[in-house]
Amino acid sequence: MKKIIIREEYCMGCRLCEIQCVVQHSKTKNILKVYKGKDIKPLPKIRVEQEGYISFALQCRHCQDAPCIEACITGAMYRDKKTGAVLCNEEKCVGCWMCIMVCPFGVIQRNIEGKKVASKCDLCTGEEIPACVKNCPNEAIILEDRK
Amino acid sequence: MVKKSTPKEFIIERDNEKCITCQACVRMCSNDAHVYQPETDTVISYDEKCVGCHFCETICPTGAITIRRNPSEFKPNANWDATAIRNIIKQAETGGVLLTGMGCDKPYPIYWDHILLNASQVTNPSIDPLREPMELRTYIGRKPDKINLKTKLTPQLKLETPILFSAMSYGSISLNACISLASAAEEIGTFYNTGEGGLPKDLYKFGKNTIVQVASGRFGVHKEYLEAGAAIEIKIGQGAKPGIGGHLPGEKVTQEISETRMIPEGTDALSPAPHHDIYSIEDLKQLIYALKEATRYKKPVGVKIAAVHNVAPIASGVVRAGADYVAIDGIRGGTGAAPLVIRDNVGIPIELAIAVVDQRLREEGIRNQASIIAAGGIRCSADIIKAIALGADAVYIGTSALVALGCSLCQKCYTGKCNWGIATQDPYLTKRLNPEIGKRRLVNLLRAWSLEIKEMLGGMGINAIESLRGNREQLRGIGLTDTELKILGIKPAGMAW
Amino acid sequence: MNTLIPDKDYRVASACGIVGIMSQKGKRFSGESIIKSIACMRERANGLGGGFAGYGIYPEFPEHYAFHLMYESEKSKKITEEYLHQNFIIEKDEAIPVQEIPEIKRNPLLWRYFLKPNIKNYDLSEEDFVVKCVMFINTQIEDAFVSSSGKNMGIFKGVGYPEDIGRFFKLEDYSGYIWTAHGRFPTNTVGWWGGAHPFGLLDWSVVHNGEISSYGINKRYLENFGYHCTLFTDTEVITYLFDLLHRKHNLSFEVIANILAAPFWSDIEREKNLERKNFLETLRIIYGSALLNGPFAVIVANRNTMIGLNDRIKLRPLVCAVKDDFLYIASEESAIREICKNPDKVWMPKAGEPTIGNLKE
Repeated sequence: MKKIIIREEYCMGCRLCEIQCVVQHSKTKNILKVYKGKDIKPLPKIRVEQEGYISFALQCRHCQDAPCIEACITGAMYRDKKTGAVLCNEEKCVGCWMCIMVCPFGVIQRNIEGKKVASKCDLCTGEEIPACVKNCPNEAIILEDRK
Repeated sequence: MVKKSTPKEFIIERDNEKCITCQACVRMCSNDAHVYQPETDTVISYDEKCVGCHFCETICPTGAITIRRNPSEFKPNANWDATAIRNIIKQAETGGVLLTGMGCDKPYPIYWDHILLNASQVTNPSIDPLREPMELRTYIGRKPDKINLKTKLTPQLKLETPILFSAMSYGSISLNACISLASAAEEIGTFYNTGEGGLPKDLYKFGKNTIVQVASGRFGVHKEYLEAGAAIEIKIGQGAKPGIGGHLPGEKVTQEISETRMIPEGTDALSPAPHHDIYSIEDLKQLIYALKEATRYKKPVGVKIAAVHNVAPIASGVVRAGADYVAIDGIRGGTGAAPLVIRDNVGIPIELAIAVVDQRLREEGIRNQASIIAAGGIRCSADIIKAIALGADAVYIGTSALVALGCSLCQKCYTGKCNWGIATQDPYLTKRLNPEIGKRRLVNLLRAWSLEIKEMLGGMGINAIESLRGNREQLRGIGLTDTELKILGIKPAGMAW
Repeated sequence: MNTLIPDKDYRVASACGIVGIMSQKGKRFSGESIIKSIACMRERANGLGGGFAGYGIYPEFPEHYAFHLMYESEKSKKITEEYLHQNFIIEKDEAIPVQEIPEIKRNPLLWRYFLKPNIKNYDLSEEDFVVKCVMFINTQIEDAFVSSSGKNMGIFKGVGYPEDIGRFFKLEDYSGYIWTAHGRFPTNTVGWWGGAHPFGLLDWSVVHNGEISSYGINKRYLENFGYHCTLFTDTEVITYLFDLLHRKHNLSFEVIANILAAPFWSDIEREKNLERKNFLETLRIIYGSALLNGPFAVIVANRNTMIGLNDRIKLRPLVCAVKDDFLYIASEESAIREICKNPDKVWMPKAGEPTIGNLKE
């Protein structure tokens, strides 16, 4: 399946991946409308971890053995058969946060804007290349086909 | 503390309609020109810190930043321009030698822009590079006068295109930049030059595409170093600072640099002006042959000199001393650090230097004994064609390669704060130069130029680069005086054969 | 009086027709057949230049240098003869016999001399001495031009269609074992007798159809070895290259073809024989400045050989044929069939492949 590979040695810590993730998951997908206009600003599903000059962007690893799918009490967390990505069906999610507790990477967040749901990377469903990969200026995150 | 500060060079213009306060510019600027104000949730910019490197402008996701020249003007004065005034203020403040980076930026005539190329028509068909073979292969090295049954050539460097990467030391530029150059040279089939920084461990694997340099400081010169490269170059001078040695400010001498160069960490690496064992031409001959002996005559040994007034007899001496090639660096040659006054006033343009050296070597009947590599401000493929037609075998590119990697010629290389990750050793900054991307961009540049060279060659009715080398009939001068035409050895535009 | 400068002082590109006939057994034949052959290619010329070279035409003076001179004035004749007296022993001299025909409107004074060099203390070989004298006359004596300077051979050329020039010089009365001819289509409107082809030096004669793009560097390369290109013609450069590579560097004509019309690097890579591959690579590296770039078809002759050669991508035509011991080389097959109805074999040599005829004694 297509996986996002992190290359820490090239991450500049610019955090443009976070910005572009937000824009990609908005309604208009227009950066000015999202940040300065009236479009809704969703949570970024990718986060840059930094200490000194070491930095890298981290998002859901779409694990083979996803603990979040195991832990989900409603079955909202499921694996997309085609892409292999782990996705959250927001209709079914009740905001119990078990997935957050078991995630070994800490990449799931609480979205409490409206209905309480778990928010995490969805590999930009429907797009050829996820927004973070496409927009990273230094190719610190890349898309690769891996088993 | 009262200080007359130098007037700022640049103004950072921020379009507040577009700025989304993402703070990418704040995080990225190594000169701390952008600062986030949490009280107002805005970013403000300090113009006086801006060096004009354009990194923030490039990275801003909404294009909200424009860098402008400071419009604040002095009273017009043909003799005292803003730069002259600014320089005096700085020196009155510090009492020091003004340093700068990159190549001479003064408006001396650029002879490339006064030379025009030919095309074949009617009497001689032009050749179509898309449909016919067009050969750019070049061999650098000593060639005999004639061939006989037992001829075995002295070692040559084989280039698939007549372009090499100029000497830029590890120290003046980052390891990532060196890897980009080395891997691009390997892919294209040409060479890069270590400069006087020695060869770090990670780069030994590119040895067969490396020219190792032996400069006056002898930094990092030991047996494995000489064996590692495909050729050895003795650096006598460079175009940016003829007459003085290399300079790496202490800020850029990190632990890795210290190990590679074999000098203490944090100390300024100042190469001596002459090699202290080369005070005359016979001493150079001794060093050339010492290096040849040390590498068992298996590698070409070349000499790099700066283009100065007597470049023709000096080059002749160098060839007679046994050099397999002479690299000549003109006044526009770049550097990581040099005194401003020397960079801008010492040396001559490479166009004139190639012309006189090629002519002098031919007059003495020794032109085939060494190849000529021309360097110093080559900006495009047309400059390369003209350099070859004037007599060079190949060209070295330095500044062009760095511009391909992102450099915007802010000339602050000596501070070690290069935002593009090129002229710095700060690990926070060097991360920004991804050698995979760097290699890709350099390969693209050389490929594009090679295609353009083929187009121009075909237009002239030539299908092998050796038929252009020294072929001044394919050039005409425009807007040049009689003397300049004579020195370049070309006819004025409008004149036929 | 013409006010346009004759092409003595600047280079002129030309399209042309060329033909060469050789009897490899050394059997001498009349110049009539070569005239007939070149006449067939009249369309390739424009009447502004034509010429012939014949070998074996002066059997009475086999060891004397036969100088053919053109003079624009009596004065130049006098000065030249003084110079010749100083440097040579003149065995015989006379006007070159011509026949007045309406097609040739005016001509310079045409004279020939049979000479032996009178070398005193010069540090030169006999041939270099002769070359030096020819260069001197051509560059230093105004209005005088040496059109040929070989032993038992001569070049006859001028402004006019080649067949007219041939009749003018009464070539049907001469017998030679090699004849070459050239018809010229120069791109200026004033023809100069000296500018016609063939170009000759010592025993060499060259007829050439083409334009050399690499002229600028070939010329400078030759200057390295003491040749001075004074006539600004591509043909001059070709002649000197043959002289340098064959007479001074002792290279065979096949090797010379590999230098002047060098094979492509990609073809050299494909060469299976490793020794030959290294040889071709080394040859190209050493003699890069002698590569003739640009379209050409040449026929080069000296007393023992006639060679036809094309540039490396064959941008000009050249056809060859053999019958018994006769070798024919021409720009067009029709020119060959005009004088040899049924050749044994006819072929088109490949780009860069030399066709060589050798005198078998």
